Amino acid sequence: MLKLLSPTKPTTPAAFLKAEASWRPQEVVFWILALAILFISPNRAALMNEIAILALFALSIDLILGYAGIVSLGQAAFFGLGAYTAGLLAKHGVTEPITGLVIATLFAGLFGLLTSVLIIRGTDLTRLMVTLGVALILHEIANKADWLTGGADGLLGIMMGPILGLFAFDFLGKTAYLYSLTVLFLLFLLARRVVHSPFGLSLRAVKDNPLRASSVGISPGRRIVMIYTLAAAYAGAAGALLAQTTSFVSLEVLDFGRSADGLLVLVIGGTGYLYGGLVGAIAFKLMKDFLSGITPAYWLFWMGLFLVILVLVGRDRINVQAKDLLARLTGRRSA
Amino acid sequence: MLTILFDGIAYGMLLFVLACGLAVTLGLMNFVNLAHGAFAMVGGYTVVVLMQRAGLPFLLALPAAFVVAAAVGAVAERTLYRPLYRRSHLDQVLFSIGLVFMSVAAMDYLMGSQQQNIRLPAFLTGRFEIGGVGIGIYRLFLIAVCGCLTIALQFVLAKTRFGARLRAAVDDQRVARGMGIDVNRIFALTFAFGSGLAGLGGALGAEILGLDPTFPLKFMLYFLIVVTVGGTSSMTGPFLAALMLGIADVAGKYYVPQAGAFIIYSIMIAILMVRPNGLFARGITR
Repeated sequence: MLKLLSPTKPTTPAAFLKAEASWRPQEVVFWILALAILFISPNRAALMNEIAILALFALSIDLILGYAGIVSLGQAAFFGLGAYTAGLLAKHGVTEPITGLVIATLFAGLFGLLTSVLIIRGTDLTRLMVTLGVALILHEIANKADWLTGGADGLLGIMMGPILGLFAFDFLGKTAYLYSLTVLFLLFLLARRVVHSPFGLSLRAVKDNPLRASSVGISPGRRIVMIYTLAAAYAGAAGALLAQTTSFVSLEVLDFGRSADGLLVLVIGGTGYLYGGLVGAIAFKLMKDFLSGITPAYWLFWMGLFLVILVLVGRDRINVQAKDLLARLTGRRSA
Repeated sequence: MLTILFDGIAYGMLLFVLACGLAVTLGLMNFVNLAHGAFAMVGGYTVVVLMQRAGLPFLLALPAAFVVAAAVGAVAERTLYRPLYRRSHLDQVLFSIGLVFMSVAAMDYLMGSQQQNIRLPAFLTGRFEIGGVGIGIYRLFLIAVCGCLTIALQFVLAKTRFGARLRAAVDDQRVARGMGIDVNRIFALTFAFGSGLAGLGGALGAEILGLDPTFPLKFMLYFLIVVTVGGTSSMTGPFLAALMLGIADVAGKYYVPQAGAFIIYSIMIAILMVRPNGLFARGITR
């Protein structure tokens, strides 16, 4: 962080934040491409929808891991909660997607707020265990409460109405992708606003050194609660999108594997610069597509190998190199 | 009632043997090794292969499980784990999840995804009753073996020269090095030994816990609970935690089967809330 505040940068905090928050050309290109891809290859819309949802999920992990330094192994709890909420709402009459999405997001956020008290105290390890435990408890509840969730068979019979009564979901998934991409973009804007605010800056101070942060008057606990709640809401929104665009929810949304995937996606893309989750989601899905094309049953092995190598080589090194490459390609040195 | 207690104790002892290697790596060396269950799985499959393909008797296959898992552990420690001791917890988590994924897929490829059965020798099957307490012979065997291992382990850690060196290396690596202790070698030996115990646990537990390629994932949390709830300062903590967990799990499955694993997770969260460093911690926050 000290490096960022070096004399060549603007010196007042407000100017620093403003400089950080300004849009860079490659960001604009990224979002235009994300939209344009729909018209370039419309029959891949279903895959792209999945990518957008995964990106949102990874973004939520980035908020707590990349900006608050909290390692969570249970983000699937909120994803699953959002998915089941949206699914159940749709099944019981609330078929308008945006209404369902908002309710599911708020609900997951509320649950995040309630469980955030569990992660304020303790070490990395305690947090790891507690977040994992919460997700497993929800998985267990969803499994046993089959009168509500359909148990192991999954929640069937979700019928979604058109978005705002105007845009019906089509078979190719074009509407679905546009819907997910819009939600992702809006939430991304919000996340961008949050991390480039004084609040976001204080979060990074907490992440770097909680003790020092609290000695300059930042209360770490409250900030962690806030960002954790926000991240939970994001994960809930991602889950709701999945339930609505695929019309199906199963126990798989609460699996440990989903939390691990999310973490993996984020780490591939790099933590702490918001685009990590997005870039990672694209890379992850393409890699998964490619690997399961070669060996359908054993892609997990290659994924694991990739993780091991990533850590052994040093994930920071990869990210820095990738960023350098990106900067060189776009002809601009941003970082 | 007492039967459940007995089964719970057997289960808890087994969990302890499975988890005590992790108690050392995670608890003492502060390395978050989510892949610990993979070593247990190696031991379990070693027994399966030796018994089914080579026709070795069960009692001979058990030490083999220890040796194979320890060897795998030693190699992994040397090549993979050592560079990561000083890295962040996130790196260790990612790395060990990667190892779990690899081991699950590799075992699936090598042995198939179906559940493996271990045929116990006749003298270890069946059960008898003493004063209304139903006692499974195999469970009695488990308690005996695991009990001996626990005592031996405690003895090695507390009374031997090696144990003293290990504790010194863990408490302060630099000073230990300065005193002429070969810290790397001690850690390597300890890691291999812990993996071996996990392998033995996996072999002993295959009958009760079941053995299929998803084993490392399924029981990952149980091992972690034993260590985190037990606290990381001694072996007594994890031991008591394992017993508690075993009894609670067996009793829970018997009395309130609809709650499933719910009870265990809730207990864990509650304990960690009150004592973030575990029940029997020294009270130092790292």
